[in-house]
Amino acid sequence: MKHDIVLAGVGGQGILTIAAIIGEAAVRQGLHVKQSEVHGMAQRGGAVLAHLRLSSDPIHSDLIAAGSADVVLAVEPMEALRQAESLSPRGVILANARPVRNIGDYPELDDILAALRAFPLNVVIDAEQVAQDAGNARAMNMVMLGAVSPFLEFPDDLLATTIRDTFARKGPEVIAVNLKAFAAGREAGLAVKR
Amino acid sequence: MAQQLLLGDEALAQGAIDAGLSGCYAYPGTPSTEIMEYFQASAEASERGIHRQWSSNEKVAMEEALGMSYAGKRAMVCMKHVGLNVAADGFVNAAITGTNGGLIVTVADDPSMHSSQNEQDSRFYAQFAMIPCLEPSSQQEAYDMAGYAFGLSEQQQLPIMLRLCTRLSHSRADVRTAASKTAQNGLQPADAAARRFILLPAIAKRNYDALCAKQDTLVASSEASPFNRYEDGADKSVGIIACGIAYNYLQEAFGGKCPHPVLKLSQYPLPKKQLAQLVASCQTVMVLEDGMPFVEQMLRGPLGNDRILGRLSGELPRTGELNPRLVGKAFKLELPAVTTLSPLVKIRPPRLCDGCPHINTYDALGEALKDFADAKVFGDIGCYTLGALPPYNAISSCVDMGASITMAKGAGDAGVFPAIAVIGDSTFTHSGMTGLLDAVWENSPITVMILDNGTTGMTGGQDSMGTGRMAEICAGIGVSRDHIREFVPLPKNHAANVQIIREEAAYRGLSVIIARRECVQTLRKKKR
Repeated sequence: MKHDIVLAGVGGQGILTIAAIIGEAAVRQGLHVKQSEVHGMAQRGGAVLAHLRLSSDPIHSDLIAAGSADVVLAVEPMEALRQAESLSPRGVILANARPVRNIGDYPELDDILAALRAFPLNVVIDAEQVAQDAGNARAMNMVMLGAVSPFLEFPDDLLATTIRDTFARKGPEVIAVNLKAFAAGREAGLAVKR
Repeated sequence: MAQQLLLGDEALAQGAIDAGLSGCYAYPGTPSTEIMEYFQASAEASERGIHRQWSSNEKVAMEEALGMSYAGKRAMVCMKHVGLNVAADGFVNAAITGTNGGLIVTVADDPSMHSSQNEQDSRFYAQFAMIPCLEPSSQQEAYDMAGYAFGLSEQQQLPIMLRLCTRLSHSRADVRTAASKTAQNGLQPADAAARRFILLPAIAKRNYDALCAKQDTLVASSEASPFNRYEDGADKSVGIIACGIAYNYLQEAFGGKCPHPVLKLSQYPLPKKQLAQLVASCQTVMVLEDGMPFVEQMLRGPLGNDRILGRLSGELPRTGELNPRLVGKAFKLELPAVTTLSPLVKIRPPRLCDGCPHINTYDALGEALKDFADAKVFGDIGCYTLGALPPYNAISSCVDMGASITMAKGAGDAGVFPAIAVIGDSTFTHSGMTGLLDAVWENSPITVMILDNGTTGMTGGQDSMGTGRMAEICAGIGVSRDHIREFVPLPKNHAANVQIIREEAAYRGLSVIIARRECVQTLRKKKR
């Protein structure tokens, strides 16, 4: 099996946490992993990107070639669109519908959402609302992780177990909120996968 | 043997620990920062008593590492590519003195300038200093090369450059670590009788002759290197030289089945034997290298050579980092269709964090300078470089570490008034203090604003050697106490801060204003 995943968002949205959880789950499955991250200056509120590759065979490149990603997953809608060139024609694009408007010329949100919904396989959800309903708006990255989970060939409980371990230090309440956000996101992903 | 998911930076650090490292010296700089941070977080490095404190700048770090090597122990110095410009004096001369304990000079290049002001290629420096350079193609090689490089360094008595680039430094992969660990060297300073560390001309000449005489051995070492490999292929219309991580992009582009002969290149100087075989057996040679066309230029020569293809011939872009698609294009492979970038997508540049003290400082500076139509503000390297962007549009220059003070002085000498320098506390102790001393000597009519947030902010909040002592340092250098002013950059102090800047900008002599408030990022981390 092979999954090439492009993760995107704005600095501070928890992209690297999503990458770390999927990467850790893959290692537990005995898969090969390569995960390219953006550090440094770009993290200061700018566009942030990670390439995550999982495979049962050895992986060559740290970067995913344009046009070949199985998944583009973004915690911000315009950032999803920015990474669309990575997406394979058969790939799925997942985006949080809630914008981060920290620039002056942010485009019309409806235009962006329409462009995202034009992709053959797309999941566009208000992850912030879903996370808020689960108990904490900041867990929107876990909503997005849940949404992508049906598209990953992992055993049913693997990602949930990894989330539990990742947040173990932060106590049972934080774990519960993140798992609830994950489960709600997973429903949204399943609706498209079916 | 254990399997771990490590960044390229971390793999190298763990490799060095396992290979008997005694000390690491570094100044933070993207993409090299995580090497020292790994040592600092490592329980094993702590148990082994490995030195792992930041240094004031790269030159200092280079010399400290050389001192540890002189004492007989294995040392590593780490920096980003432009840091080697700062360390160049010690670096080049360490090749002339030679080393005692193994010495690795790790330099992380930043092709595509993700977080840098240029994309200089450190392989030129290794060639210039006439020392071996290792360039890993994977995180595993980064791990394995640490021990190999220490061995090679002690065998050749030379520093070894280890060249990383952003994509390897900041990418994680599963790395197998060794089951057995090498003990650290004992304290055994270089033999005093040899006097080779004293670079008086008579001794330096002898050392330099010896370095020149070593070059054939270094080529032989590259030819025998476990990291260089000749892989034959049936289609000899083109032979390929794949340097460092470019080898991965090649494998990716051909799905692991490249039909052409390939020289996988990870140790320099160039391995003459394998290179000759490739050039003799193939009609053309394609050079894949991240960074500048270093190998390609050598093979082409100044008169050009149509058989040599790469960045200079136009098969690959002249600038920017490589990727699998660019490599595929160079070989005219069939590539998947790509969605073109929607015109809806706008640029989202990085910005100062909400609550950042620099915001308040720039607000005060902007207002104060409304009274001075001819004012010029010289910036420096750090988060506050973002003051160049709207809404601040506050600085006229940003060149290299410390250049704010010295450029302000030069412009002031030429008649620019007021000439203002804006520099962070860590950049000030890195390379600003010496320039300030010049300004003290001449009582130059400039105003130096030190934005003291108590940390090295841009790279994520590393310790800075002069934290909390900016005023004392400036007074010690000789700035008049009357013209060392301090304020706390907060909105409630705005009017008073504007007044302080106005007064000092109008003063026709040297003044320093220290704007002091902690970085919101490090403050947040402490509260966690």
